[in-house]
Amino acid sequence: MLEGLALNDRLVVEAIYRDNYPMIQAFILNNNGNSDEARDIFQEAMIVIYEKAVSGSFELNCQLKTYLYSVCRRLWLKRLQQLQRYGSLIENVEETVAVEEDLEIHEKHNADFLLMETAMSKIGEPCKSLLDAYYIQKKNMQEIASEFGYTNADNAKTQKYKCLVRLKKLFFAQYKNGN
Amino acid sequence: MDELLLIETVERYLKGEMDAKERGFFEEIRKNNPEIDQMVVEHTFLFNELDKQANIKAFKHSLYEVENKLAEEGLISKAELTTRAKVVFLWKKYKRSIAVAASIAGIVSIVTAATISTYNTNAGKDAITQLYAKVKSQDNKLAQLDQTIKANTSYPVSKIPPNPNYRATGFLIDGKGFIVTNAHVVDKMKNIYVENNKGQYFNAQAIYTDQNTDLAILKITDTAFKTVLNLPYSINKTNSNLGEQIFTLGFPRNEIVYGEGYVSAKSGNEGDSTAYQVSVSVNPGNSGGPVLNKYGQIIGIITSKNSTADGVVFAAKSKNIFKLIEAAKNAGDTANIKLPTNTALRGLDREQQVKKMEEFVFMVVGN
Repeated sequence: MLEGLALNDRLVVEAIYRDNYPMIQAFILNNNGNSDEARDIFQEAMIVIYEKAVSGSFELNCQLKTYLYSVCRRLWLKRLQQLQRYGSLIENVEETVAVEEDLEIHEKHNADFLLMETAMSKIGEPCKSLLDAYYIQKKNMQEIASEFGYTNADNAKTQKYKCLVRLKKLFFAQYKNGN
Repeated sequence: MDELLLIETVERYLKGEMDAKERGFFEEIRKNNPEIDQMVVEHTFLFNELDKQANIKAFKHSLYEVENKLAEEGLISKAELTTRAKVVFLWKKYKRSIAVAASIAGIVSIVTAATISTYNTNAGKDAITQLYAKVKSQDNKLAQLDQTIKANTSYPVSKIPPNPNYRATGFLIDGKGFIVTNAHVVDKMKNIYVENNKGQYFNAQAIYTDQNTDLAILKITDTAFKTVLNLPYSINKTNSNLGEQIFTLGFPRNEIVYGEGYVSAKSGNEGDSTAYQVSVSVNPGNSGGPVLNKYGQIIGIITSKNSTADGVVFAAKSKNIFKLIEAAKNAGDTANIKLPTNTALRGLDREQQVKKMEEFVFMVVGN
């Protein structure tokens, strides 16, 4: 199952949603949240387990349900604190496992993700679209050349490398500031 | 070594595209040259980050799709409508500013007046008029041709409206055929027609208008209109942030036009708290067009622009739609409207977002 998750298998994602979402939604609705927030939290938890599955270091010592519940609970507590909606949690007696460490790693990933996104948004067009097409959407150089109106793939390639140099400068400038 | 060439080499090295000999050679350089080694390290890091970015984006996209599917099935509950008590409260809260807003002059409503057909029969006055007439008759012939073709296919289309002289924009808020547009648009029209991007015309009727927020609900009365099951965008109930990136679709000309910009103030004209000021280029005909954020949530409806200042456009806040529907229900014009609460546009790039939603943005014409 976790392998399927790492490969971004939609059926696996759907199965996890079906098995776990109602419980998480009930938990959040019972604790000062609304259904939009429940979706947000569950999504973030899904990304946490996805990252873990991808890194290959995911050894689950408990049921996936318990793990997800623990992550969502933690995330929700944090969100409540930020929103300053205090109050004690009403919850069913569910067992939880320690997830603090995993969440710290997730925060770090998240920060890197944002860093890359800001760097991408700062390089400007057509660089942004070009790099996005090649590295994010994984199109090949030929397609990109015709889509962006370059005369041939080599021209597109040169342009792509120029953009990459800019991205790199921006990314590392921020990275060093942030750390 | 030239920087571009170097980057290219590093990328090929990392992707494993080099043969053994070249690889050995490159590793030799790398060993002897700390600068290049440093670059390889940096690049590995950058590519890893890019890769992660790509994967997470793809994964998020699956999440949204699964969510939408399950929301349709009812496993995930959709956001509820605000209760009436809250609406009343908000109404009281905003009453004053609404009153102020309503009394301001100097605001131009962006409705096209008489641009579509002014029949000038001054024959031979100048080349432009003649040309215009020619195009016009050509147009009519085409329209007739269109009609015969349509009559012979099963295309569900009603007749082309006779000489419309106003044009604006509207968008579906319920697949059953409910459209939101501006009140000032429908006020000017006796007969209202809407046209989708496939060129199909439908008769429509205004079922509720609210002058304060300048919004109106139309209902497509044509039996030819087929109910749309899922609208791809949702309607936002909360306020948008200053600086939020937005885009809009509308009909300043006979064809749908895209525009993008940002939320430039949290209130409209003279502090009108039911509207935003946005910075986006709009022209007569854009009235009633949806304003969306990057997630594909509708945050507002284009209403007017300031004629004396540059780039000052006002858009009614989307939460007014909720109030409008509540009010319509209370007034007995109930039609059981269900607003879309899920956006299927999240995580898509802009072209795809526009492609997915443009068929639900209508040209509103009338005379």
